[in-house]
Amino acid sequence: MIPEEATKWIGKSDAGGVYEVERGAIKKYADAVGDRNPLYWDEEYARNSRYGSVIAPPSFVGWPVKWTEAMPFITSGGIMDALTEVMAKHGHPFILDGGVELEFKFPVRAGDILAGSTKLADIHERDAKGTKMYLCIFENSFINQNGALVIKALQTIIFR
Amino acid sequence: MARQLYWEDVQVGSEITPLPKIATTQMLVKWAGASGDFNPLHYEDTFASNNMVGKPIVHGALKRAWLINLMTDWIGDNGTLKKLSCQFRGMDWPRGMKTLTEPAEGDTWLCKGKVTKKYEKDGEYYVDCEIWVENAKGEKTTPGTAMAVLPSRGQTR
Repeated sequence: MIPEEATKWIGKSDAGGVYEVERGAIKKYADAVGDRNPLYWDEEYARNSRYGSVIAPPSFVGWPVKWTEAMPFITSGGIMDALTEVMAKHGHPFILDGGVELEFKFPVRAGDILAGSTKLADIHERDAKGTKMYLCIFENSFINQNGALVIKALQTIIFR
Repeated sequence: MARQLYWEDVQVGSEITPLPKIATTQMLVKWAGASGDFNPLHYEDTFASNNMVGKPIVHGALKRAWLINLMTDWIGDNGTLKKLSCQFRGMDWPRGMKTLTEPAEGDTWLCKGKVTKKYEKDGEYYVDCEIWVENAKGEKTTPGTAMAVLPSRGQTR
């Protein structure tokens, strides 16, 4: 049984947060991935490319959805945090990242200001070798300072 | 960057240039800092064993970023990645470190893929691909799909 406290979140979005895409953060990110493309740090190279300026790897926006959790002192938790708490309370404290579908609409540039928010789209119950698992589908979207949708992400988080 | 890939260069079944990766404990620390994912599952032995994964595991999102790296390297700066999805089916455990900068002996992962479909839509030249991260045993721990637009030789950009 999906906890009722959890089902009432289905279809709801959180207030989200605002994320500034810093040049240094892009460079560190590319280094952590081991991605050597100079588009992510070499200004001259990027200027001569079709992008005209330093961009972030497409995956960059896929992850800072987690940034609210990374800075709990200055942000209030989003819908994902709320659900994590509810599921733990009902005996499902284990979390696994089930995967994600990303749709890249627009390049993300150094200096962009992105507004992101998360919606709980659905919860499915699965039986895995006798234990119940709950697949929670989150829809994340990020909009840049010009009002353009830059990325949509469908994320599956598994609670058990 | 490498030579630009054109739509005419690929066929259904064409292999995406494989991208080798070595996950190390150090890489996981760097990834945690850069991504903001501070889940102790990826650096705390006791926490990892209490959470049914044995030892700290490689972040799923890092493997996804590897797959994006695979695609963007292959399609080149004039190609555009439109969609990418992956599922975290199998867990991966990082190598330790031998020195400050060198990984200990151990597994190497391969990001791989192949073209499954090639088509034209609204004046753009698309390829759909099957992609995956393969562990040292040849198991696909992170299978997925990608859709990209490539430049065409007939196009003026």
